[in-house]
Amino acid sequence: MSRPATTPGTRDIELQRTGLTSALAETWKTPSGLWGALATVDHKIIGRRYILTAFVFLALGGVLAALMRIQLALPEARLIGPDRYNQIFTMHGANMMFLFAVPVMEAVAVYFVPLMVGTRNIAFPRLNAFSYWIYLAGGAMLWIAFALDMGPDVGWFAYVPLSGPQYGAGKRADIWAQMITFTEISALAVAVELVVTIFKQRAPGMTLNRIPVFVWAILVTSFLVIMAMPAIVVASTSLILDRLVGTHFYNPAEGGDVLLWQHLFWFFGHPEVYIIFLPAAGMVSTLIEPFARRPAFGYLALVMALIATGILAFGLWVHHMFVAGLPRLGDSFFTASSMAIAMPAGIQVFCWLATLWDGTPDFKTPLLFIIGFIVTFVIGGLTGVMVASVPFDTQVHDTYFVVAHFHYVLIGGAVFPLLGAIHYWFPKLTGRMMSERLGQWSFWLIFAGFNATFFPMHILGLQGMPRRIYTYQPDLPWHGLNLFVSLSAIVLAAGFLLFFINAIRSARSGEVATDNPWNAPTLEWATTSPPPSYNFAMIPVVGGLQPLWENRDALSVADGLRTDRRELLVTTLAEAEPQAREASPQHSIWPLWAAIATTIMLIWSIFSPWAVVWGAIPVAITLIGWFWPKGTPEDES
Amino acid sequence: MREKVVLDLGRLPPHGMGTTSVTWWGTLAFMLIEGTGFALVIAVYLYLMSLAAAWPINAPPPDLLPGTLVTLILLTSLAPNILISRWAEQQDLRKVRIGMVIMSILGIAPLVVRVFEFPALKVSWDSNAYGSVAWTLLGLHTTHIITDLVDTLVLAALMFTRRGNNERRFGDVRDNAMYWNFVVVTWLPIYGCIYWLARL
Amino acid sequence: MIRAIGKTCMRAMLAALLADCSGWQSALDAHGPSAVSLKQLIIVIVVVCSLVWMLVMTTMIVALLRRREVRPATPSPHRMTVAVTGAVVATVLIIGTFTVISFLATHALGVAGQDDLTIRVRGLQWWWGFEYIGPNPSDRFETANEIHIPVGRNVRLKLEGLDVIHSFWVPSLAGKQDLVPGRSNELTIRADNPGVYRGQCAEFCGMQHAHMALLVIAQSQDDFDRWSNAQRQAARQPAEEELAAGLQTFLAKPCAGCHTIRGTAATGKTGPDLTHVGSRRTIAAGLFETTRGSLAAWIADPQTIKPGNNMPMVPLTPDELRTVSAYLASLK
Repeated sequence: MSRPATTPGTRDIELQRTGLTSALAETWKTPSGLWGALATVDHKIIGRRYILTAFVFLALGGVLAALMRIQLALPEARLIGPDRYNQIFTMHGANMMFLFAVPVMEAVAVYFVPLMVGTRNIAFPRLNAFSYWIYLAGGAMLWIAFALDMGPDVGWFAYVPLSGPQYGAGKRADIWAQMITFTEISALAVAVELVVTIFKQRAPGMTLNRIPVFVWAILVTSFLVIMAMPAIVVASTSLILDRLVGTHFYNPAEGGDVLLWQHLFWFFGHPEVYIIFLPAAGMVSTLIEPFARRPAFGYLALVMALIATGILAFGLWVHHMFVAGLPRLGDSFFTASSMAIAMPAGIQVFCWLATLWDGTPDFKTPLLFIIGFIVTFVIGGLTGVMVASVPFDTQVHDTYFVVAHFHYVLIGGAVFPLLGAIHYWFPKLTGRMMSERLGQWSFWLIFAGFNATFFPMHILGLQGMPRRIYTYQPDLPWHGLNLFVSLSAIVLAAGFLLFFINAIRSARSGEVATDNPWNAPTLEWATTSPPPSYNFAMIPVVGGLQPLWENRDALSVADGLRTDRRELLVTTLAEAEPQAREASPQHSIWPLWAAIATTIMLIWSIFSPWAVVWGAIPVAITLIGWFWPKGTPEDES
Repeated sequence: MREKVVLDLGRLPPHGMGTTSVTWWGTLAFMLIEGTGFALVIAVYLYLMSLAAAWPINAPPPDLLPGTLVTLILLTSLAPNILISRWAEQQDLRKVRIGMVIMSILGIAPLVVRVFEFPALKVSWDSNAYGSVAWTLLGLHTTHIITDLVDTLVLAALMFTRRGNNERRFGDVRDNAMYWNFVVVTWLPIYGCIYWLARL
Repeated sequence: MIRAIGKTCMRAMLAALLADCSGWQSALDAHGPSAVSLKQLIIVIVVVCSLVWMLVMTTMIVALLRRREVRPATPSPHRMTVAVTGAVVATVLIIGTFTVISFLATHALGVAGQDDLTIRVRGLQWWWGFEYIGPNPSDRFETANEIHIPVGRNVRLKLEGLDVIHSFWVPSLAGKQDLVPGRSNELTIRADNPGVYRGQCAEFCGMQHAHMALLVIAQSQDDFDRWSNAQRQAARQPAEEELAAGLQTFLAKPCAGCHTIRGTAATGKTGPDLTHVGSRRTIAAGLFETTRGSLAAWIADPQTIKPGNNMPMVPLTPDELRTVSAYLASLK
């Protein structure tokens, strides 16, 4: 095929295969050493970094949980005093929700969505780098504050007036509010990148009904992030304003309202849990195909269920406020909507069961986690239906029953699929397999430990044990179960420890993996393990939902992209027809500078409102440096 | 895995404008985020208004003059804005350069008037919740104008350099113009809220 | 060591299993119409949900273990679609039923009329103030951390949050309701059996949220009338020298600045009303049984006993401590 005279640059068709891969490697590579690490815009490097950081936060949050369980094992224990304990449970919740659960799902998406849709990099790669640094800065700020006895102590949802200027002494609540700002900037940035990648950078032929379910899940999740995070921006900003410059949003004495906080927070907070759960549901739909050895049952139902969940998620928030004194009729509407969201969840479960029914199970570790997920998530979903009922909730709200419920849906519903997905995608991420034996052991320890730890909490809640208490008195009948729970937590911790050991050891010396060790159907398995910097030597062309199962002998690809500049393909939204060969930015240190400038401005603004004015200047300078064109081949048009 | 070439991408353009451009979609996504944010603050305004016995709380309604002036300036700026978008599509460098200068001036003008708009609210942000939400609404929109103005100024400067005559820059100008339309359009419900709901 | 751990585990499990549903702060130990109706709803929903879970688990186990030859990926059969649709319809019916019975249960939770006994409940960091309201101003009286109610009558609680959000929860009698600053919420409770029912603040309210309990004591109408008449009286004059000395100390030291003892010069409003503190079963919001000794321990060092609470340590000589605690214990 001859090249048209007008097209500049070297194109892939002019090179033999080895020449092609080495030219692409040269164009797409991240420079080695510290500079490369700081300036990379490769979604895989950033994604891996993100996943690792999130798991570090998981471990730290687990340590906090262990401390709580030790304190609660016996009545009126004196291990941890009330001030420290209140910081610990606040940190545990805030850390797990904002620094682990949402970021880890986004991180997995950052790594795998571009691969699954067949493109070379995520959209807005520099923004991706920026979002990681901002996330790291926010997490570091929170934990450093905690180490300095300045950790927030008002609960992960920081109700006013407790977190307000009158009762929230010091800077603890401000640290919390600003951590929110860091993590929400990071999450919003990643959400925008993912939406644009999924809309515009899919492989030719990947029409809407050929998009993998995981990618649909991420698309819906990203829209949830975009529409829900502004609510907590507004909430945390107005809280800082109340505390720092004397506004009265939450001061009933001057026309403000205490419940306004709850409305704003939970308008975000409810979609937040679906931001965590939907990617996990997408992971289940992904894993079930290679491990049931058949395509997932009910593609349309699964996708519609994800979309329905996303939409409904915005109509539930008042169920967190059932005892706050709102009108009864309004509350009942939210009972109906909260129960209704069980529908799309149920549909997905039925589709997964149907897939298993007609499939041939391969009982490897990822499938074990799927099974564990179904067992525990259904319990969590059912207790969710229970707390959705206003009268039921009046007894169990703010008790250990709710603690049990949300751990069942978060650990059972999100962490189990995540752990299964890590085992599944580990070879793609690192080039090595995780140990199957350690995987099975860690699964059973986690599964048994989790249920033994959290199931009794349902009973404790019904027996009158409220949440967020640093101790309880001996004349209450709770010490037996509490001791049992604390001991079971050891088993759970052991399971997680084994998982971490497995991951670390396997990354170094696990069995070397082939391109597609699980014989899985989606595009990320069409390239090497781990993928080269450019993902695919030639962009895949897709004709169905399971491309690697439909083309077992040869993968259809497209050629014609340049090799002397970073090019990827932009396609139409619905039909994925090729539209342009778009350039993808090279590595750049500006995202790091911009993140540093933003971090300084945000932390400074905890102490002074003028930070927003003066601190904005370095931010503007770094952003100008970021966007100023540098005359690279990618700038050509 | 073996590969079999079924498609040639070589004839595709190296850059797209409008909906083919990823930055266009990114701009749209940011508009969605900020629009949601504004909608929420307006919802907060309405919520606090519904709770109050009298609204505004302990303050007269804001002076109409500065706010209405800002509205007029912003609405007027839509005309050159739409023109510059068209010129950018045609990749007419000279006209785009002129247009960027005009848009820079039209971005500074409302800010000058806005300085007078804050005291015209006739209430302080720390007097009561009404003052807090009114100042916040106005402050958010001001931040909006400032960030887009900086964007416009930088882009204007860029158009006068040697890198200015590039299809990508024209695409940036179009995206910037689209964003300015958004800045103007979001002002209208905020204006209605601050100045007219207070007079109901 | 393993054996010791094993023994502890067994003991814990046994205790867990034997921890019966009764307890004096348990939703499953219902003694009022609200709590009874809620308990019935809870049981119905839990039983149905347990059956659903078992059905799903059975389906999953059968799905995983059934024998079949390895099949290439084939399009899903029609039967499967029917089965899934059936499951979806069943889900709709179940949650529809739950929604309806929840609505009916809410509807049935009675609202008190105007004649019923009304108590104003004030939630403060970290104690409960109660004011009994009657038609005559002279019927009113204040107490703290413990209320008595007559069996079989509705009691209307007007909930006021004075600092941060608290939540009034006596699970044996009713579901909970928040005390929100700036809002006035109401809760109706009624006890059908005499007894002592424990409640606890159920909304995180700061440092000592864990130690903000209250007692509701349900008595016959006669006993209740006797109790409320006694509460209405001012504090009895100290009969003995030791008690008189205690009162003097109380008035001379900062105590009177925060606490009220009706009938004396102590009219402070920041802390609980102590006019009849000796008659209450517990002090410090459910922390200790009321005895002379526990009163002395509390007064001597409230910050070590309940760190962070709003009562400062007031230095007293041993004699002062002895007399003050004797005096307060005598305020029955």
